[in-house]
Amino acid sequence: MLLTGAEIVIRCLQEEKVDYLFGYPGGSVLYIYDELFKQDKVRHVLVRHEQAAIHAADGYARSTDKVGVALVTSGPGATNAVTGIATAYCDSIPLVVISGQVPSAAIGQDAFQEVDTVGITRPCVKHNFLIRDVRDIASTIKKAFYLARTGRPGPVLVDIPKDITAQKCAFEYPQTVSMRSYNPVVKGHQGQIKKALQLLLEAKRPMIYAGGGVVLGDASEKLTALVRKLGFPCTNTLMGLGGYPATDRQFVGMLGMHGNYEANMGMHYCDVLLAVGARFDDRVIGSPAHFASEPRKIIHIDIDPSSISKRVKVDVPIVGDVGEVLGEMLAMLDGAPERPDQDSLAVWWKQIDEWRRRDCLKFNQGEELIKPQYVVQKLWEVTGGDAFVTSDVGQHQMWAAQYYKFDKPRRWINSGGLGTMGFGLPAAMGVQLAHPGSQVACVTGEASIQMNIQELATCKQFRLPIKVVMLNNRYLGMVRQWQEIFHGNRYSESYMDSLPDFSRLAEAYGHVGIRVDKPDDVEGALREAFSRKSDLVFLDFQVDQTENVYPMVQGGKGLTDMILSAEDL
Amino acid sequence: MKIQNDTHMRHVISLVLENEAGALSRVSGLFSARGYNIESLTVAPTEDASLSRMTIVTSGSDDIVEQITKQLNKLVEVVKVVDLSESAHVERELMLVKVRATGKEREEMKRMADIFRGRIIDVTDTTYVIELTGTQAKLDSFVGAIDAGLILETVRSGICGVGRGDRVLKV
Repeated sequence: MLLTGAEIVIRCLQEEKVDYLFGYPGGSVLYIYDELFKQDKVRHVLVRHEQAAIHAADGYARSTDKVGVALVTSGPGATNAVTGIATAYCDSIPLVVISGQVPSAAIGQDAFQEVDTVGITRPCVKHNFLIRDVRDIASTIKKAFYLARTGRPGPVLVDIPKDITAQKCAFEYPQTVSMRSYNPVVKGHQGQIKKALQLLLEAKRPMIYAGGGVVLGDASEKLTALVRKLGFPCTNTLMGLGGYPATDRQFVGMLGMHGNYEANMGMHYCDVLLAVGARFDDRVIGSPAHFASEPRKIIHIDIDPSSISKRVKVDVPIVGDVGEVLGEMLAMLDGAPERPDQDSLAVWWKQIDEWRRRDCLKFNQGEELIKPQYVVQKLWEVTGGDAFVTSDVGQHQMWAAQYYKFDKPRRWINSGGLGTMGFGLPAAMGVQLAHPGSQVACVTGEASIQMNIQELATCKQFRLPIKVVMLNNRYLGMVRQWQEIFHGNRYSESYMDSLPDFSRLAEAYGHVGIRVDKPDDVEGALREAFSRKSDLVFLDFQVDQTENVYPMVQGGKGLTDMILSAEDL
Repeated sequence: MKIQNDTHMRHVISLVLENEAGALSRVSGLFSARGYNIESLTVAPTEDASLSRMTIVTSGSDDIVEQITKQLNKLVEVVKVVDLSESAHVERELMLVKVRATGKEREEMKRMADIFRGRIIDVTDTTYVIELTGTQAKLDSFVGAIDAGLILETVRSGICGVGRGDRVLKV
């Protein structure tokens, strides 16, 4: 039996057990939408802007271990998707994005809604394909899913010209994929793992630094077991939060630009550093030269060889899947007679506890103004620390990362690499669809939320009971903070004027809106919101406008040059 | 000759990649996006028409060249990458030079071509096209040796390289 290209696309998605497809129709994908209409296995979620389709698929992928899937049309559909694709690329999120293209004969003719989608997306995808023959659809989509989820994951785009979706051929979905040019390493080198373990056992001031790779590699149980067995301190990057339980005593908090004092100091002054699925990026270590000024041995486990020795020279590189490598390491540790030197470890912990006593995240919740940190702290309490929390980008993102203590992986969903404002709400849609009964909060600001606020309509249509926790300070808070510190308090264009009444706006979309002005009302409002199991509740918290995120390491400075509070300015 | 120092060594990177539309732009896009140098780049299909062989001449510190090879390896269509300059290898480049060849210069130009083992492959009353193959340095010396005023145009292919002896880059 012969199937059309459009039927084949849908059959492929069914074969991949895709339950949700996030998308927006248009001319070039009409045949595909027609086939979508005739079946009910793949459920389509109609967003209000293509960027949101990608973010929703992304949130779905981050909160599960599955590939997120989106469908957009040619031209503006594809260009609107680019920000979402780049967001996923920077955080290594597995996505398959299918885009329509103008008919084959029209390609290169400057046709209506034609752009070179493959060319535009090339620098921000793991790989992309332009299909030229209906017989290639099935094998290409199979490859796309395989590429997206294996190795270092990432978004893969498949561009399909309209005429090809109407042509017919026989359908057979390949069971396996083999590509001579793509064979990601899985197992780490035994000798290297042994060497690494030896270094760790001899360490006097060890530190374990774990990033998003632990979350994406579903390796947090193994990481936790290793950290506990060794008795070492552990820090997580922004992307790695939840990879190690935040309420554990051995956790020293997030590190980096807005990292904990004890985490940054420990990172800088350790003598052996085990980096797991992290990449020493500029927001983590600040200046590589300053970081290198203190001698230490570095072990680096990563699935991507190009992440190793990119910004920081590494002594023991281990290329492999972090879960596999940590598993090997644990097995070797169990078999080894040696154990870490408890005396030096005790001295090291004493030092860390001394740093910890600085209590760098303390804040003073007075009676008048709501402190944004207080809202996140209460959110953590009210949700029992068990919610999925998405965020946008800016101060609220850092406060969410600092004050919501994630004990489980895949609960903290944010745009770490690209830093995309407008990510939070659509990402929360993907999360809520993947976890229908769970508490999902989108911590956002009044500026970020407006970048994709149209998705409140999608939330209504699909009955997504997300809790929007908006920290409204009437500023582009992080921009204002930098202007205060580096630009002589000249708040150039960072004031958010003419704001809507958000609670009424939420009501206009058919949701529940609550405005909160007083510290005393914060907890009650949160409880009220989470007790409404089937409603989206939009909480507009009017917070202290002048609050800054601390600790803070200025861009390009060393990790130990931290501003801990306004008094340090 | 350009002065070379440790922090900016010249490297010849050879790769085998799938002969597919877009593969070349993935490679060139990688170099421009990450700010790597390309001195020359040549590419053509191999004896197996599904594969292309590319030779890239680049320069950078050891760290940068290590990143370049890693990033190239990461491209899904790239099958193999070798830094030829890590060990013994040979390099050749092809150059076509169109020169003015009139009067007494005509004989002199023929003699220079012979000295450099070049071949004259096109002749008119007033011009020659000289084909010359060799290392970059040899082609540079030829261009330096003839009267610059007589050069009408030059076309160079960029270099091709291959490892010496048993060192083979094959899929």
